[in-house]
Amino acid sequence: MMSLSPAGDAARNKLRKRQALLDRSFRTVCAICTWAGILILFVLIGKILYEGLPNLSWDFLSNFPSRKAEKAGLKAAIAGTAWVISLTALVSIPVGISAAIYLEEYGTKNKLSTFLETNISNLAGVPSIVYGILGLAILVRMFQLGVSVLAGALTLSLLILPIIIVSSREALRAVPPGLRQASYALGASKWYTVSRIVLPSALPGILTGVILSLSRAIGETAPLIIVGAASYIAYTPTGPMDQYTVLPMQIFEWAGRPQDDFRDLAASGIIVLLVALFTMNALAIWLRQHYSTRLRGK
Amino acid sequence: MNMTPTARTIDVPKSNPRGHAKMAAAPSKTKIAARSVNFFYGEKQAIHDVTLDMPANEVTAFIGPSGCGKSTFLRLINRMNDLIEGTRLDGTILVEDHDIYEPHTDVVELRKRVGMVFQKSNPFPKSIFDNVAYGPRLHGVKDKGKLAEIVESSLERAALWDEVKDRLSDSALGLSGGQQQRLCIARALAVDPDILLMDEPASALDPRSTAKIEDLIGQLRGSYTIIIVTHNMQQAARVSDRTAFFYEGRLIEFGATEQIFTKPAEKQTEDYITGRFG
Repeated sequence: MMSLSPAGDAARNKLRKRQALLDRSFRTVCAICTWAGILILFVLIGKILYEGLPNLSWDFLSNFPSRKAEKAGLKAAIAGTAWVISLTALVSIPVGISAAIYLEEYGTKNKLSTFLETNISNLAGVPSIVYGILGLAILVRMFQLGVSVLAGALTLSLLILPIIIVSSREALRAVPPGLRQASYALGASKWYTVSRIVLPSALPGILTGVILSLSRAIGETAPLIIVGAASYIAYTPTGPMDQYTVLPMQIFEWAGRPQDDFRDLAASGIIVLLVALFTMNALAIWLRQHYSTRLRGK
Repeated sequence: MNMTPTARTIDVPKSNPRGHAKMAAAPSKTKIAARSVNFFYGEKQAIHDVTLDMPANEVTAFIGPSGCGKSTFLRLINRMNDLIEGTRLDGTILVEDHDIYEPHTDVVELRKRVGMVFQKSNPFPKSIFDNVAYGPRLHGVKDKGKLAEIVESSLERAALWDEVKDRLSDSALGLSGGQQQRLCIARALAVDPDILLMDEPASALDPRSTAKIEDLIGQLRGSYTIIIVTHNMQQAARVSDRTAFFYEGRLIEFGATEQIFTKPAEKQTEDYITGRFG
């Protein structure tokens, strides 16, 4: 038992006061840290909106780039981004999900699979410029894809594949093992179980990962500079072998010009890119909410 | 209780490891027979030389302390342990005189005949109807009318039809825990098995839901060969015709439930059922 003498009381009060003070200061420090990040973000967005909003118009979205700032627009970049991201999705989603299913549902535990697993996680952390150089050496030169939408999309696919695989595997692993067992116990094969039970249950998680990785791809500039995305293009791609530019590339080019007018255009471009990103992320959140409520039953 | 007069204990001849010859004539036909079964998880032996005859259309309960191998043994009967890597079986398990571990055994057909209900209810995140129809669809039933018929009769046999008939298209996850477990039983019954394995089917349920599951087992007795693993000795006493007591991977005693609970032949069985250990 603790001492109930007055002397003990005093000591305990002192301790309690000190802990309360510590508690309060810790809380304040954490709050300041939180607000610092958010505040800086708001300042940045505010500055971008201030500089970029005045130029934002239908003409800006539907004009090709120009030497004159007042005539320059994002049409080529928007079309190019749409092309590149669609192709990237087309390649990386089926390949990434299939790889995740193989590793999670079919792969047996051995040295090779452990090696694969470790390296896929490592690949997710490789700087994007390295993928650019790889794309240049292998896709553009070796496979003779040249400077094309296809080469850019394949490079970005390589970049986001590890992320899709890792997030899809996590989604698959989150499916309760009891569901698989119930299906097997009814005589189902692996294929039947995966396609009817596991994949539908994991779908919200998989989709979230896919969308978030595509929204990473949409903002990538470095690897595309290397595989040859153009900075001045006055037409939209009509096929996967055409030349192209993308939104961040165009922004990068404008931001590098000496004229203030072009820097404002860069800000306008950033707004367009951010709107695209936020839309994709919102879609990811909505999908997750929608499906998880459906799966929970009510 | 519907006891058979000749409760057979473990006096099975071990000199017949393949077990092809019919067992000695008994009033209740043997449905599942284990012959000198040893089972290993990697290096660790989980089952030691178990020989056991489970009669048709009766309820056999497996009791014993945690980790005694009763669940492992249950999962050998529908080869669910195949899903675990690095396991090995030695000995023979016969379902109606067919060695289910023979290389060309059709596991799909086996699992169709041997239904299973798990400890934790595991309905699919689908509608009530689709949960029950999952098995029939898997085995090729496409006709909508036939499916509806199977779903209704299965839910009826699982004593759930009246509670869910107006909301078959609702998600199964909206049901209560007890209802979910009965749905899982309906789902297992829908592929028309003749054996039902139950791995502690009521251990996660409240007393009222447990009573319902026990009633249900009573109704299914006679039409199905039921093997139930339970931690709850009162439950074993209430629902089963025969009881097998496992301890440390060995079958210690097997006999009529009444005999096991009133005059067990083994000291260990007596100690366990009187609560001296486990």
